[in-house]
Amino acid sequence: MLGTRATDESIAILRSQLGLDKPLHQQYIDFVSDAARLEFGTSLTLRTDIGSLIAARAKNSARLLVYSIIVSLLIAVPLAILAAVRRNRPADHLVRLFTTITFAMPAFWTGLLLVLIFSIRLGFFPTSGLGEGWINLALSLTLPAVTIGFYLAPVLLRSLRSSLIETLSSEFVEAARARGLSERRVLLKHVLRNSLIAMITVLGVNIGFLISGAVVVENVFSIPGLGSLMVTSIISRDYPVIVALTLVFAVIVIIVNLLVDLSYALLDPRIRL
Amino acid sequence: MTTHNSTIAHIPESAWKRLRTRSVSQRRWSAYTLWVGVFIVALVTFLSVAAPVLGFTEPNNTDLTQRLLPPSREHFFGTDDVGRDVFTRVLYGGRIDLSFGLITTYVSLAAGLVIGAIAGYYGGFLDSIVMRAVDLVISFPFIVLILAITAITGPGITGPYVGVLAVSWALYARLTRGEMLAMREKQYVMAAQTLGFSTWRIIFVHCIPNLLRSNLVFSMSDIVLNILTLAALSYLGLGVTPPTAEWGEIIAQGQRNLFAAWWISTLTGFYVVFVGVGFSLVGDGLADRLGEDGGGT
Repeated sequence: MLGTRATDESIAILRSQLGLDKPLHQQYIDFVSDAARLEFGTSLTLRTDIGSLIAARAKNSARLLVYSIIVSLLIAVPLAILAAVRRNRPADHLVRLFTTITFAMPAFWTGLLLVLIFSIRLGFFPTSGLGEGWINLALSLTLPAVTIGFYLAPVLLRSLRSSLIETLSSEFVEAARARGLSERRVLLKHVLRNSLIAMITVLGVNIGFLISGAVVVENVFSIPGLGSLMVTSIISRDYPVIVALTLVFAVIVIIVNLLVDLSYALLDPRIRL
Repeated sequence: MTTHNSTIAHIPESAWKRLRTRSVSQRRWSAYTLWVGVFIVALVTFLSVAAPVLGFTEPNNTDLTQRLLPPSREHFFGTDDVGRDVFTRVLYGGRIDLSFGLITTYVSLAAGLVIGAIAGYYGGFLDSIVMRAVDLVISFPFIVLILAITAITGPGITGPYVGVLAVSWALYARLTRGEMLAMREKQYVMAAQTLGFSTWRIIFVHCIPNLLRSNLVFSMSDIVLNILTLAALSYLGLGVTPPTAEWGEIIAQGQRNLFAAWWISTLTGFYVVFVGVGFSLVGDGLADRLGEDGGGT
C-alpha cells in the first residue's frame, strides 16, 4: 500500500492504523465484534465505508436475483410438467436434450451470445450497465436475468421432473382421476399444488448455485452489484471488502434457508414448526 | 420404463405391445446416448492431446497480417486480434480444462467416497461431524468460496484447484453416506461381519465397489461443472492468466472484439458446450445402464 520506497516509520504507523500490531487473537476479536455491529471498516482502495458500499450495491443484486428466479421458474416449471406428463416420449427426450445443452453452457458465454443477438444485432436491450428509471432498469436487467435463467433452469428442471413424476403416481392423483376429474384439473389443482413444496425446496437448495451464477453474470454485464464488487476487490486486493462480502453472502444463504423452512408451514398445513 | 402396477389388469393387449416396444427402443436410445457421449469425449481428448501432431502447433503464434479473420478452411474458428488461430488455442486450452476437470473430479470422488463410506458405516458422532461439515461446504455459494480462496492464492491455476477440491468432495461424501446407511443393513455386509472380517476390509472390499456406481454417474456432471468453474474464473481474470490458452480466457479475449469478430467467443463457447454435452451423455447413458434414475444435482 505504501510502495517499495516506504520508510520503516511509515510502515509502523500504517500497521498500527490497521491494527496489525496487535496479537492475532485480539485482531480476530476486534473483527468479530465490529462485524456484529455491521461495521466492516473502510475499503483500502475506494476509501469509503464498506457497510454503505455494500448496502448500495446489494439493492442491484437483489433486483437481479428476484428477476432471475422468476425467469428460471418460467423456463423450468412448464418444461418439467411437459417432461413429467409425457415421460419417455419424444417431448420428454427433447426437454432432456434442452437440459443437457443448457447445463453445459458457461453462463458468461450465454450472456455474450444474448448480447450479440438481442443487443448488437436487434438492438432490443442495452449491452451492459444499469438503466435509469423503472422501465430502463427492467430492460437492462432482462438479458442478465435470462442468462441466469438458462444457468439455473436445467438444475431446477431435473429435480422438478422427478418430483412431479412421483406426485403423478401417488394415490391421491389416482383417486382424483377415478372421480372423473379432467386431466387438466388433476394437474393444476392436485399435482402442481403438491409439488409447490418441492419447488421451493429445490430453489432453496440451489440458492448457492444461483448466487454463483449472479456473481459471474454481474461481471459480464457490468452491473454494479455485490458480485462485481467481489471480483474488483480481489483484483485490487482489497481484503476488508472481500471478508465483508464473503460474510454477507453466507448470511444471505442462511436467511434464504430459514425462509424456505418457514414457507413449508405456510404452504402445507400438515407441517407445523 | 413405467408401469402402473395397480392398473395392469386394465391394459389392453395393444397397449402392452406399445409399452414393450417402447422399453426396447428406450434401451437402444440409452445405448446411443452412452456411445455418442464416449465418442465426443474421446474425440475432444484426442484433439487436445494430439494437437501438435495434427498440425496445430503454435497456440501463441501472433501474426499481425492475419488479424480478426473470419472462420475459413485455414482457420476453423477464425483468428483473434493479434492474429492467433483460435481453433489451435481452443485445442491447447482443452489440455488445461480437461485435465483440470478430470483431476479435480476424481480426486474429490476418491476423498468423498472414503469419507462418506466411513461416516455412513460407523454412524453416530463421527457421522454428525462429517455431515455438518458437508452441509457447511455445500450450502455456501461455491464461486464465492473459490473467489475467496483465489484472493489468498492470487491469480493462477492454484486457486481454482484448491477451491474446487475444497468444495466438491462434500457432494460425493453426502451421496456415498446416504447409500452406505442402506448398505450397512444388507445381508452380504452382515454376512461379512459374521465371518469376522475387519471393518476396513468390509468397507473397502465389500462396500466401496458397490458404492462406486452412483458416484461415477454423478462425476460426469461434476466434470462439466468443474470445467465451467475454471472457465468462469479465468473469464473473470482470476484463473489461468493470459496469454496461456484456456477456454474462459479465450472467450474473455474475444469479448473485447465482440462487435468486430463474433466468432472468437461464440465458436469457442460452442466447443465448450459440445464437450459438456459429451460428458453429460456419458453420465445419462451410464445412469440408464447401471439402473440409476437421472443421476446428479
